[in-house]
Amino acid sequence: MDDAVLSLKYHVSPDDFKTAGEASSDVKNKLKKMGLSPEIVRRVAISMYEGEINMVIHAYGGEISVDIGMEAVTIVLKDKGPGIKDIDKAMEAGYSTASERVRSMGFGAGMGLPNMKKYSDEMKIDTTIGVGTTVTLIIRLC
Amino acid sequence: MQLRDIAELLNAALLCGEELLDKDVGTVYASDLMSDVLSQVKGHPLLVTGLCNTQVVRTAEMVDIFCVLFVRGKKPDAHTVELARDGMLCLMATDKTMFEVCGILYENGCDG
Repeated sequence: MDDAVLSLKYHVSPDDFKTAGEASSDVKNKLKKMGLSPEIVRRVAISMYEGEINMVIHAYGGEISVDIGMEAVTIVLKDKGPGIKDIDKAMEAGYSTASERVRSMGFGAGMGLPNMKKYSDEMKIDTTIGVGTTVTLIIRLC
Repeated sequence: MQLRDIAELLNAALLCGEELLDKDVGTVYASDLMSDVLSQVKGHPLLVTGLCNTQVVRTAEMVDIFCVLFVRGKKPDAHTVELARDGMLCLMATDKTMFEVCGILYENGCDG
């Protein structure tokens, strides 16, 4: 990882749909102010937001750290949720374990992880059942 | 087409973002599923939706959509409108159904 120009940390509250997205919104605004290209800002915002929503839906919240470096933006989403049983299945577009309530909020369509992969350059998932999941997303700046 | 023309065509009420009414919208994306909006939207379309919560505004913000039109008489709560105002988004609401809205906009030259 290159030396971070700016390091940010956020706490994501569990099951709180009203505040979900605040962290991603803050990062988006900061990147915009730093003058990064709109396409990069958009990719960071969407992939982080999907991760943030996943934390709210599946994982009783968690912590997000964002390191903005000269070469890349690295987002680490760490939760102490139930873990992902079958990563291959979770990566399939349309596969979801979300509740009816989550679906009624406009999410839970099984696109979270596929979207995070689509909008990032690198994605790594470390998960242990009953312990938690850490998703690392890297979006290169050049 | 300018947002103010769209509002007039659809008899839509403006909830916030009056300063954006002169902005042009060429394309429209209609969906109640924010997951699809996040994965498929390109450019800066008008978002037409029957889903009415804060995450609609958050989703719009992430994908650089600057106007959301709520259909079927849905009205977002004050917190959602406040969030949109902070993010400099325009929110409108109409009693028409999503089908009617899409038909009218298509007939008037908007693309998907």
